[in-house]
Amino acid sequence: MNGPRHECAVQHATGEALYVHDEALRSGPLLHAWPVQSGHAHGRIRAIDATAAHAMPGVACVLTGAHVTGQGVIGPVRHDEPLFPDEVSHHGQPVCWVLADSEEHARRAAAVVRVECEPLPAILSIEAGIAAGSFLTDEQTIATGDVDAAFARGDRELRGELQVGGQEHFYLETQCAWAHRDATGGYVVHSSTQHPTETQSTVAHVLGLPAHRVVCESLRMGGAFGGKESQANAFAAIAALGCQVTGRPVVVRLDRRRDLTITGKRHPFLARFRVAFGADGTLHALDVQLWSDGGHSLDLSAAILGRALFHVDNCYRIEHLRVRGRVVRTHLPSNTAMRGFGGPQAMVVIEEVIDRVARTLGVPPETVRERNFYRPGDRTHYGQEVRSADCIERIWRTLAESSSFERRRREAHAWNASHPHRKRGLAMTPVKFGISFTTTFLNQAGALVLVYRDGSVQVNHGGTEMGQGLHTKVAAIVARELGVAAAAVRTMPTRTDKVPNTSATAASSGTDLNGEAARRACAAIRERLGIVAAASLRCAAQEVVFADGVVRGGGRELPFGAVAEAAYVQRIPLFATGHYATPGIHWDPHAGRGEPFRYYAYGAAVAEVEVDGFTGMHRLLAVDILHDVGDSLAEIVDRGQIEGGFVQGAGWLTSEHVVYGDDGALRSRGASTYKLPGVGECPERFVVDLLPRASEPGAVFGSKAVGEPPFMLAIAVREALRSAVAAFRGSGIVELGCPAVPEAVFRAIRAGTV
Amino acid sequence: MSEGIAFTLNGERVDGAGVDPNTTLLHFLRGSGRTGTKEACAEGECGACAVACVVADGDARSRYQVVNSCLVLLPEVAGAEVWTVEGLRGLANGELHPVQRAMVEHGGSQCGYCTPGFVMTLFARHYARPRPDARSAIAGNLCRCTGYRAILAAAESVSEVAAGDPHAARLERPAPPVTAVRFEAGGASYARPATLAEALAARAAHPDAALLAGGTDLVVERNQDGRHRERWLSLGAIPELSGIDEQGAEFVIGACTTWEAIEAQLGSRVPLFAQLIPLFASPLIRARATIGGNLCTASPVGDAAPVLLALDATLDVASVRGRRRVPVSEWFTGHRRSALAADELLAAVRIPNSPPGAGRFFKVSKRELDDISSVSGAFAVWFDGGVVARARFAYGGVAATPVRATAAEALLVGRRMDAASLRDCRAAAAGAFAPIGDVRASAGYRAAMVAELLAKLWHEVAP
Repeated sequence: MNGPRHECAVQHATGEALYVHDEALRSGPLLHAWPVQSGHAHGRIRAIDATAAHAMPGVACVLTGAHVTGQGVIGPVRHDEPLFPDEVSHHGQPVCWVLADSEEHARRAAAVVRVECEPLPAILSIEAGIAAGSFLTDEQTIATGDVDAAFARGDRELRGELQVGGQEHFYLETQCAWAHRDATGGYVVHSSTQHPTETQSTVAHVLGLPAHRVVCESLRMGGAFGGKESQANAFAAIAALGCQVTGRPVVVRLDRRRDLTITGKRHPFLARFRVAFGADGTLHALDVQLWSDGGHSLDLSAAILGRALFHVDNCYRIEHLRVRGRVVRTHLPSNTAMRGFGGPQAMVVIEEVIDRVARTLGVPPETVRERNFYRPGDRTHYGQEVRSADCIERIWRTLAESSSFERRRREAHAWNASHPHRKRGLAMTPVKFGISFTTTFLNQAGALVLVYRDGSVQVNHGGTEMGQGLHTKVAAIVARELGVAAAAVRTMPTRTDKVPNTSATAASSGTDLNGEAARRACAAIRERLGIVAAASLRCAAQEVVFADGVVRGGGRELPFGAVAEAAYVQRIPLFATGHYATPGIHWDPHAGRGEPFRYYAYGAAVAEVEVDGFTGMHRLLAVDILHDVGDSLAEIVDRGQIEGGFVQGAGWLTSEHVVYGDDGALRSRGASTYKLPGVGECPERFVVDLLPRASEPGAVFGSKAVGEPPFMLAIAVREALRSAVAAFRGSGIVELGCPAVPEAVFRAIRAGTV
Repeated sequence: MSEGIAFTLNGERVDGAGVDPNTTLLHFLRGSGRTGTKEACAEGECGACAVACVVADGDARSRYQVVNSCLVLLPEVAGAEVWTVEGLRGLANGELHPVQRAMVEHGGSQCGYCTPGFVMTLFARHYARPRPDARSAIAGNLCRCTGYRAILAAAESVSEVAAGDPHAARLERPAPPVTAVRFEAGGASYARPATLAEALAARAAHPDAALLAGGTDLVVERNQDGRHRERWLSLGAIPELSGIDEQGAEFVIGACTTWEAIEAQLGSRVPLFAQLIPLFASPLIRARATIGGNLCTASPVGDAAPVLLALDATLDVASVRGRRRVPVSEWFTGHRRSALAADELLAAVRIPNSPPGAGRFFKVSKRELDDISSVSGAFAVWFDGGVVARARFAYGGVAATPVRATAAEALLVGRRMDAASLRDCRAAAAGAFAPIGDVRASAGYRAAMVAELLAKLWHEVAP
């Protein structure tokens, strides 16, 4: 494969790559924190008695709200998350934190803190929230055409409802932060965060300090997937507060159960829909109402719901489309960003609609999909032109051919005819995903590039590394722009004292934003060096070429380092900042119109499954993917994102089941009860191709974002399961629960009988 | 009797003196700055904490056994040789181990957090003879980033062991013996006697001591609930309790025999074990988990129990008072309770050495490998001519204990496995249990599975 490998691949394989907890443990003696958690989903705290805890070995402090010198209520958009709540609003919510000389001591002491809590009625589902009028937002609407008039025309019509399940991030590295004082009266917070700037400002807010007194560093994360976009902040704040109170370094590390019971997940959605369609499968009108379960606080729920509204069309032109949505407040952990950010939930809904239409008409769902594809020149329901819409058909046709879709479908039919108790199903589904933060001002990034006199280079940028290969790509961009070897470029840990006021590394935009910022910084340096080099090479500055670690011009060449040294001697600065603000995007939420996205990423997948009719257990046999990454900056990284995103999406839709009890306590609270995909879920046939000739003019070096879009390719697995279920049942609509765990598949096969 | 808990880590002696015996090997490693080994689930599901131990492979040789260090209490490795990810890189020249190089070259890491665990699993596989296929080998390691394709490619690319490989050379010598240990620190004690008589005496003297076999359940409880125990009695050094004998018409399996050993020795002799074992947890768990532990923990969803019920196993129970035998059908007395008295130890499990005419083990779970059953069923049928002479239908996950559907079994005797007998057996079994709903499955689904698994049995084995 072309391009670089993950820049830390060797450190990963040798165990030398350090994560926040590793750094903390190796830093010397420190205090460890353990939370005291609420035993009620909703309740008023009457008293906290920590007397017994103070008497336990090793205990230094029990942190409560009384210790907060700044503000004790945080939140990325709305400050509605008390660090030390008087009223608890989800089961497992931290009430206070014990600090002790070891994690074991803190844990044992936390177990003897007595919390007196008066239980209050709790809302534990979307339906209960709707019934109680419990919402975190107003309703958002996007509409095009005249939906009511279209339904009045008397076309064929279907109504339906779908519950879409949540998903636990299950980053392998749980939430972690440690804080210490620096030599000049500031606080340094090492956090496993996707958003160092927000972590910094949250810590400053809680400590009552200006932002310049706090530095946040995010060295690397052991996975994040959106779960550390906003939800790392609270733990960093507790670590810093503990440090402020005790004067000693403090580490907060959640073990898996604490992480699962405290932090939010992908939002579950409830969708109700009504669709009008023609005999040929053309979707004439669609009216969709979405409710998401925001949990107890707003977090990023409004933007997540917004992205759902943007993506309910997927790849389909629907002349009359209205989508409305609202975030329900429940007494559950606050749901948050996760790969796809609301887009996947909405795309599951439209594919559900398409499948029901197809099975009503008795035609293959793929035929209905194709019939409704966007064509060049079409606009979405929010008015943005679907640029490169021809990609949808190009990908679809190419993949149908390369995967032998029709032949394999015939083979599956034949196989099914001779297997009464096992059935195979195939499906092909497309993806269109809008790239940019839909909150326009977040689409900016900064970088700081330092060239030293020997020609070696450091790059600092505002993006964080969570395994997605951002640092690998940015380093490749820097090496390419400066014409130096990859080994000459060192990526520094992401720190708020190097690049300030950054956006979260999220929305698949890490490379688009930070890569372009870094490229611009390099371009500025290269321009200065070009003038220096031209004088030495005796050629015009515009003739100078930077490549392969040398600077060429006029038939001569100089090592890059020699040019850097010459520039220094001539008192030319060898460092530069770069800033990038994505041009041309805008969004008017009140009108429901605008161009929120810089471009769209496209892809399609074919999945083949086999289902056991006795149990509903299923296996993913084969997957073929054709995905659009533009001009790949690092093929091995991009393929990894596609494969990993797909399998994570398949997990969401087939085995990962977030279950709360009637008391609001999480039941799927460990790896033994929450089943993410294992190697058995990796299909034997797993073919991934990158769309050729797909250069994206709107992004750095023609590349495209790849973090989130492939996740939604996994909808093909859900639709393939539905196809297999249909093979047991014959014709008609197949109602399949989401996630399609074996039990849900079994119920779909035996619809109405169990 | 050793008073300390010294062991060999990456070729160097390490002393764990003064460490509370409730401490896991993982926390000891990380707490002493050896942070390459990661914690991600603390219940033996994910393998991020995998380390390799040098264990016996016959008398003269040894092999690497990969285990979850989050489920190994530190005193369990007293006297052992342990390798972690930090020890693999060539000491002299800093070269990557072949499995590390393969992971790098194939893009087998993204965030890198699971990578040390995969590397250790692949390291042990590298030297295993025969080398297991890549999918089976990594079934106990979870990765959230890659989707596994690249890791499989890395595993499959690794070539044969190179001549002069020092890790291979080590295996030409015997493994360190598992010796007696007695140890106290942090208000807790740990004892690992070397004879059954000593163990029985200790059991009688301290019936409250936690009985530690593989630890794959007890240490999960320790990690997840933070339970600190004052007294541990480890059964891991008692030769009488491990190993498999063929006596007359029976296999006698020592209670502390691991599933890994059972697979190696009985996988081809006991067809129901051959079906059970690949679905039983993961290779990393099977390396530690024992047949006796699975029975003594008495979980309603323990996968071994239905198989042993289907095979009419008999259990040897020992105490200072003497020995007795208990049919496995009388072993489970309630939710997580067994017939084991407070001074007794389970010594051995006896199963017939001739298989039934037909046997099936079915496991219903959300994930095919490395999962806990929603429902499991083990079925054994003996034929006499075309009709059934004896039948055993045993289930996990449908009641407070593993149970047999005895009414359905009786109905089948003397009949053919045909549509009529299936209908009758389904009806008899369906109403026999009142399963509960929980995080894994609803009550209705579990109840349906009782009958459906019989239908599956008929479909697969009816003559």
